[in-house]
Amino acid sequence: MSWDRARLTLEVLAIDPSGIKGLWLRARAGAVRDRITQSLGIIPLPLVRLHPTIGDEALYGGLDLTATLSSGRTVQSAGLLDRPSALLLAMAERCPGGLSARLSHALDLPGHTLVALDEAADSDECLPNALVDRLGLFLDLSDVVWSDTEALEFDDEALAQARARLPKVTLSPAFAAALTRAAAELGISSLRAPLLAMAAARAIAALGGRQEVSDDDLKQAAELVYAHRALPESEQPPQDQPPEDPPPPGEDTAQDTPEEQTEDNQSIPDEMLVEAARAALPQDLLDRLAAGRMVRSAKGASGTGAERGGNRRGRPLPSRPGRLGSGGRLDLVATMRAAAPWQPLRRANADRPEAALLVRPSDIRMKRFVETSDRVLIFAVDASGSAAFARLSEAKGAIEILLAQAYARRDHVALLAFRGKGAELILPPTRSLVQTKRRLQGLPGGGGTPLAAGLQLAFATAKQSKARGMTPTIAILTDGRGNIALDGSADRAVAEEDALRLARIIRGHGLPAIIIDTANRPQPSLAELARTMDAPYLALPRADAHRISGVLGAALGD
Amino acid sequence: MSAADPALRLAHPVEHMEQTRKKSRQPFPFSAIVGQEAMKQAMILTAIDPGIGGVLVFGDRGTGKSTAVRALAALLPEIEAVEGCPVNSARPEDCPDWAGVTSSRMIRKPTPVIDLPLGVTEDRVVGALDIERALTRGEKAFEPGLLARANRGYLYIDEVNLLEDHIVDLLLDVAQSGENVVEREGLSIRHPARFVLVGSGNPEEGELRPQLLDRFGLSVEVTSPRDIETRVEVIQRRDTYENGYDGFMAHWRVQDDALRDRILGARALLPTLKTPNTVLHDCAALCIALGSDGLRGELTLLRAARGLAAFEGDATVSRSHLRAVAAMSLSHRLRRDPLDEAGSGARVVRCVDEVLP
Repeated sequence: MSWDRARLTLEVLAIDPSGIKGLWLRARAGAVRDRITQSLGIIPLPLVRLHPTIGDEALYGGLDLTATLSSGRTVQSAGLLDRPSALLLAMAERCPGGLSARLSHALDLPGHTLVALDEAADSDECLPNALVDRLGLFLDLSDVVWSDTEALEFDDEALAQARARLPKVTLSPAFAAALTRAAAELGISSLRAPLLAMAAARAIAALGGRQEVSDDDLKQAAELVYAHRALPESEQPPQDQPPEDPPPPGEDTAQDTPEEQTEDNQSIPDEMLVEAARAALPQDLLDRLAAGRMVRSAKGASGTGAERGGNRRGRPLPSRPGRLGSGGRLDLVATMRAAAPWQPLRRANADRPEAALLVRPSDIRMKRFVETSDRVLIFAVDASGSAAFARLSEAKGAIEILLAQAYARRDHVALLAFRGKGAELILPPTRSLVQTKRRLQGLPGGGGTPLAAGLQLAFATAKQSKARGMTPTIAILTDGRGNIALDGSADRAVAEEDALRLARIIRGHGLPAIIIDTANRPQPSLAELARTMDAPYLALPRADAHRISGVLGAALGD
Repeated sequence: MSAADPALRLAHPVEHMEQTRKKSRQPFPFSAIVGQEAMKQAMILTAIDPGIGGVLVFGDRGTGKSTAVRALAALLPEIEAVEGCPVNSARPEDCPDWAGVTSSRMIRKPTPVIDLPLGVTEDRVVGALDIERALTRGEKAFEPGLLARANRGYLYIDEVNLLEDHIVDLLLDVAQSGENVVEREGLSIRHPARFVLVGSGNPEEGELRPQLLDRFGLSVEVTSPRDIETRVEVIQRRDTYENGYDGFMAHWRVQDDALRDRILGARALLPTLKTPNTVLHDCAALCIALGSDGLRGELTLLRAARGLAAFEGDATVSRSHLRAVAAMSLSHRLRRDPLDEAGSGARVVRCVDEVLP
């Protein structure tokens, strides 16, 4: 990435901060990033720093409790979102869904602009999709070295002139259409992207002192806005799309009829815009971004049973001195109790001795709750003929070690086996170790490998336990030669397709899983299944039972 | 934040947003939304008959879900309410005792469309002890929550699938009974809370609990428009709205007004509408064929069909109305088949073709 692109990005942002909505800055903290953040002052809005755990009180303002209590009348404090500002969100990759929804809402109203500092180290961390969709610009500084950069200095005068010129800059309808088409061709389904690109094109034209957007402006705008949104070419074929996600609209039209595109009477063919956008970022970066987006959407789900750090509900704990507005609930009785002994003393030298109760901030007591959600380990064990002969006993050994650990942690355990034509829930979620062991010992073997049926039952069990407020994890032990389809027919191709579909569904529901390959030689098809499920894959030949439990422990987040 | 938290009372997100909205210009007009006919129709139906019970809009990002809800707020006719009443009572005698409303003057105000922010707490939703008065004046008073303000209006939840479960539980209960009961911190208070629940979300980010799903009368799925021409049209209208606001609004406001009149006309027509027995039979036959749980499916289907008939100015409900609203009334009430990738909407359409030829 050239440093000039960084400069142009900042200039565009400074010219139309509320139209562009913001910048997604992907970089580790360091001198290079500092060069960018130091120049954010050119945005003609007050700079406000946010952090991912910021509370609503800070965002929206509220009652200033200390001042209210001491003065005896309502005193308000201002919120950060009260006036249009340039919001700087640090550690944006950790931005929780609630904050991203709030920021999205703020961005949808005119006025704000957001610079998201994304320090994501690996591809499984990513800016929330809602923000990715809204922020116009993207900069990736991870491959930029200090020697390639230079201090950014901007001509404030020129930027101010460009801002003044901006409202008069026109963009021809043909250009708007070209931008829309290019977005469709790049597989960008959100309609926000073309609007942002139009805003960027206008800003670039204003910067260049033009009254009308030119071909070149359009191309640069497409580069800035589309490049990181484009689906990587490897993902373009629609059959790779996950089930709920229809192929990006317009894509078919755009790809099936390239002739029509070029015949259009435009001064700039869409392909040029597409190429410009594609050339702007390296392909592997696109892949990484796409991977991050996917993980985010899969694991971002917050359903029943997720563990919550509770200060709102759950088993009550003794209340503690605290501060209002930190997300907790006030324990009124305890607060009163804390204030009570001091009343005569305070009344003696109070400004308002007539007040019924003299409460100081130090009296405030907050309620605390603990809430832990039980985990349940769902073992899906392949008891087919092939597995039985090979390593069923070893798998049983591994499970027993895991069971012991689960017992120590008081996790629930469920056991299901798949063999023959279908899967069977041998043990519904239980905490009884003895029972589980007994059932495991008596596990019969033989028959085909209905892997898909096993996955289906594991999924159903996981969903059920999730609905009961538990946090399920699926552990699949198989030798991978799935050869029985869901409908019971012995068709290997259909069987594998079924298994992959179920794997996608499991990933789609954000259920953590692990696949343990019990075959004598590692099965590439299982590794693929694990990838599809976004689950760790472990081949047993390279691992003893203890190592399995280590990996599973890691997968469970111990 | 918390309701027991005075910090948020006066400058709460919702107030804050409303203030911002007032200061800024009018939302994008409803009539100017390109395509998304199912979503628009569902919203119009709930405006005609709030008893239908809300709309759930699920779909991709950037398809105009939020735009449509905000536009609907501007489109809805005004309501008459007692001045200063926290629950927008229609008659002075309906005002709850705890509110201490002294005025009996009626004022006209826009139909309330209340945003329920994601991180909202229980206290903020149902209302709680007025902590400021408790602390500074030693009084026990009730501070009404969002449910009170949404009475007789709309409650809008963006990203409804990300809403925390304990809030969902509260909503389920109130949406069902139409009454909010507060028993906490020594308060014992109840007030009416009848509202149309509008939810939007992106299914990629998580599913909705079936219980909540069932509370929405209608559900529609939106996707980005697929053909280039529509997309270009969307972009151009939006661009005109941003950059040629006055002319754009002058043009579309007329259309919005016409639509509002049509909605009011349909409301007036609704009580006189005839529902032949054959239509009832059709409703039942369709729901049995689809195996939808409970009878709420039939009731909603019928109400929606009646709303549509009234909107189209017909005197009698007919099979064609049923067919038109079947997918949006029933698709979210079917048992989920995780392997059916076509979605339940397609199942309903298939079944409608078989049962109601």
